[in-house]
Amino acid sequence: MSTSNPEAHGDIAPGDELGPADLPHAIRGYLVGLALATLLTCVSFYIAQSTLVWQPSIPIALSVLALAQMGVHLVFFLHITSGPDSVNNVMALAFGLLIVILLVFGSLWIITHLDHNLMPMERLMQMQR
Amino acid sequence: MWGKLSWEAVPFHEPIVMVTSAVVAIAITGVLAWVVVKGHLHYIWKEWLSSVDHKRIGVMYVVLALVMLLRGFADAILMRSQQAVAMGSAGFLPPEHYNQVFSAHGTIMIFFVAMPFVIGLMNFAVPLQLGARDVAFPVLNSVGFWLTATGALLVNISLFIGEFARTGWLPYPPLSELAYSPGVGVDYYLWALQISGAGTLLSGVNLVTTVLKVRAPGMAYLHMPIFCWTTLASNLLIVAAFPILTATLAMLLLDRYLGFHFFTNEAGGNPMMFMNLIWAWGHPEVYILVLPAFGIFSEVFSTFSGKPLFGYRSMVAATMGICILSFMVWLHHFFTMGAGADVNAIFGIATMIIAVPTGVKIYNWLFTMYSGRVVFATPMLWALGFVVTFVVGGITGVLLAVPPADFVLHNSLFLVAHFHNVIIGGVLFGVFAGYEYWFPKAFGFRLHEGLGKAAFWFWIVGFYVAFMPLYALGLMGMTRRMQHYDVPEWQPWLLVAAGGAALIAIGVALQVVQLVWSIRHRGALRDVTGDPWNGRTLEWMTSSPPPMFNYAVMPNVEGLEAYWMRKQSALERQTLHPEPEYHDIHMPRNSSAGFICAFFAATMGFALIWHIWWLVVVAFVGAWAVFVVVAWRDEHEEAIPAATVARIDRANRTAREARLPTLGSAT
Amino acid sequence: MSAGADVYPGGVAGGGLAPGGGYAAALTEEPAHGASKRIVVAYGFWIFLISDIILFSALFATYAVLTDATAGGPSGRDLFELPTVAVETACLLLSTVFCGFAGIGAQVRRNGMYYGSMAATFVLGATFVAIELHEFATMIAAGAGPDRSAFLSAFFALIGCHGLHVSAGLLWLLTMMAQVYAKGYRADIRRRLLCFALFWHTLDIIWVALFSLVYLVGVAPR
Repeated sequence: MSTSNPEAHGDIAPGDELGPADLPHAIRGYLVGLALATLLTCVSFYIAQSTLVWQPSIPIALSVLALAQMGVHLVFFLHITSGPDSVNNVMALAFGLLIVILLVFGSLWIITHLDHNLMPMERLMQMQR
Repeated sequence: MWGKLSWEAVPFHEPIVMVTSAVVAIAITGVLAWVVVKGHLHYIWKEWLSSVDHKRIGVMYVVLALVMLLRGFADAILMRSQQAVAMGSAGFLPPEHYNQVFSAHGTIMIFFVAMPFVIGLMNFAVPLQLGARDVAFPVLNSVGFWLTATGALLVNISLFIGEFARTGWLPYPPLSELAYSPGVGVDYYLWALQISGAGTLLSGVNLVTTVLKVRAPGMAYLHMPIFCWTTLASNLLIVAAFPILTATLAMLLLDRYLGFHFFTNEAGGNPMMFMNLIWAWGHPEVYILVLPAFGIFSEVFSTFSGKPLFGYRSMVAATMGICILSFMVWLHHFFTMGAGADVNAIFGIATMIIAVPTGVKIYNWLFTMYSGRVVFATPMLWALGFVVTFVVGGITGVLLAVPPADFVLHNSLFLVAHFHNVIIGGVLFGVFAGYEYWFPKAFGFRLHEGLGKAAFWFWIVGFYVAFMPLYALGLMGMTRRMQHYDVPEWQPWLLVAAGGAALIAIGVALQVVQLVWSIRHRGALRDVTGDPWNGRTLEWMTSSPPPMFNYAVMPNVEGLEAYWMRKQSALERQTLHPEPEYHDIHMPRNSSAGFICAFFAATMGFALIWHIWWLVVVAFVGAWAVFVVVAWRDEHEEAIPAATVARIDRANRTAREARLPTLGSAT
Repeated sequence: MSAGADVYPGGVAGGGLAPGGGYAAALTEEPAHGASKRIVVAYGFWIFLISDIILFSALFATYAVLTDATAGGPSGRDLFELPTVAVETACLLLSTVFCGFAGIGAQVRRNGMYYGSMAATFVLGATFVAIELHEFATMIAAGAGPDRSAFLSAFFALIGCHGLHVSAGLLWLLTMMAQVYAKGYRADIRRRLLCFALFWHTLDIIWVALFSLVYLVGVAPR
């Protein structure tokens, strides 16, 4: 019955891992993820406090490191990979990411313009009195 | 001990409110008494209140929506009457009362009429159309419904205990901050929406998962009925947008309850951020409402033209395009707030672009009818009315999308006319069409056709008479939400508009009569086979109403319009498909979790509004306990024996076999 | 074909794979036909988590907009203490790894691994919450509470929302330990465990964004 199902190409629950059926491998995955995440965290903390990186680019550097670490979490801890059985999971995440980007950058863009054009609230309140 | 609550909260000195409250109290008591005296309490509890069946929950959503439609419409009549008479006079509704009326009108219509109606229809029809037995999470479905009902309850309680918000249906700060709205009105609004918003989010998660993961074998994405695609798009929007609403209202609550400064005038607060965030939710919200309506119209046009939907793939593309684009236009709700020409231009262009996929849909519907054999049943009338009305409303929307034009028309009655044009013409006509279309499937008998048609004509004529004057008034400079005015030229238009409201009232009355009459005469209106409209999608394969398990055996789907193909082959051979092999079916058990959780949520909301802190804690613990108890359940399902399944299915097969010779002819 | 407790009473779209036996096979656990309940439940929870991420992003957008609205009061540079943040980060990251071990322990039915890892996750998570509460209390006592300025309101709401999620997670964790104790590694309990793991890992992902873009950017020289 399900063999006629075009969708029967495999599907995995988000969070589950497909692969060789052994315990040490599974544990190793988490430990590798821990090592990578720790490394990225240390680099982030260092950059924030050092003068090694050109100052104005620090927020961008930290964002890139944060994104990289989120990727490490997704792959090693959540097992969200780019494999064909994970397509639905990745699409859901991509949709969420799109909304986050639109909301955060959209809001920043809009409010920056509004703040630039409009009288600050404190001065406006003073005019009321 | 009782926080801010005291006897002063009851508005003894306001006769309109007291009389209304008394009538409502008598009506509720009367209904409850009738239920108990006639011995229906056990039935109501077992078959409805604790049901996790998507069909029952869908019906309850629609019942909630219809009841709240009466309340919201009453508010509308009050407003139209006030504006008709308040020329150079104070009218009969003092400003502090009038402001609550228009705020309640908008809040109720959007959150407790349109949303539940649309969600109810999606809940009812989508699992049937997908060939599934239920949604992905039946217990969560029940919880979501009851949380929505809780929100509606709180809003209605505000009528006779305390007051409602006076800030409009979106509570802009600083007016909605504690300094300028110290009463409980805004708190009623905020907690009602936070609670029902949680319910809506649960619904969104449920329906997305259902459409993506719970379909009959062989039903690929491109074999799904269009209504399922629009359900997917709408619920993806719910999942994406409602968290923004939750966060924003939470920030306002933090300002009001804990002295935070998100949107206050002092300490660096930024009221504009509220408008920005609330409309980042608000625009997707209107597409959440209208996309399922588009889906319903797709089903109706196709069924009542006797043709497959024209341009299925372009419809899918247009639907998903609208879904994504709806998140890129929200600034058009506050062009005049001062973001400047660059920002306004980008969002204005994006708003015009989003009209294109909608246009694609309109053409596809028209081409569906072209060279089909059109049957002018009531659902089709609503669909035809929609095409004309929604296009007019959409055109005024594209006009408003031009920022310089919007600077003249923003917050005038032109705007009010536009959004009522698209919401009534699009969403309301859509849910009325869906209600007429799926009523026989839900209850086993049709609605009276003549009364349905009469109701439609009063509604559509009434709509134009009520709202076209508002376009003129907007162009003449009348602002929205006016409690009184002193421009004599406006009054004739407002009198006409009031007349339109009266016509709509007759339409509503006819719908009530239609329902009562149809129930009384249901024997004559019975739907024997389950396929009263010569339908094309899977739900018409079941009996009316469907058995609890929907399908005795999961249907094997091989293409688009699975049921139509089956029907044609059965008609050709003049015999039904062979009888399947019946097995036991496991269905989820009823659960009182939803109802009890909602009880605690309502108590907690009420306690938060009135600052009764000990009660908040008690209610929260109670709600949490319900979750733990449900999680501890060992028996989630019960089995329906194969013999029962066989008996039920054979009865439907017999009825259909009898009608086989005549089934091919149009209804 | 009889539908057992593992098979979803619905359609079969997306039938799960059933690779070779042992650990991986324990994941798919569905019969020849029928959709895996595990997939449906986990996917639904994943969708909910996406919505939760969007909730955080709304709070984050507000924080970004209000970062400079200090109303003459203290800013991030004045208040944030990086050593504390580093300890919090370490606690949460380690707890995520232990949560992963707990999931493995449940899949292979090893009590020691499961209960031990869950306990470690709890202790580390609770430490995180305790440190954060202390941080908040210190700030409030120093007159830098959420009612001082819009910036502080946004900070407390964003970080506090995350802390609330972690606290709710801790309650959930205890419930999951109790459920396994009472009912063993039943299929529906393991599904809930999978949801809990998704939740806990996602909270750490959000923390990565928070410590990077709130704390580190906050103290970085301009």
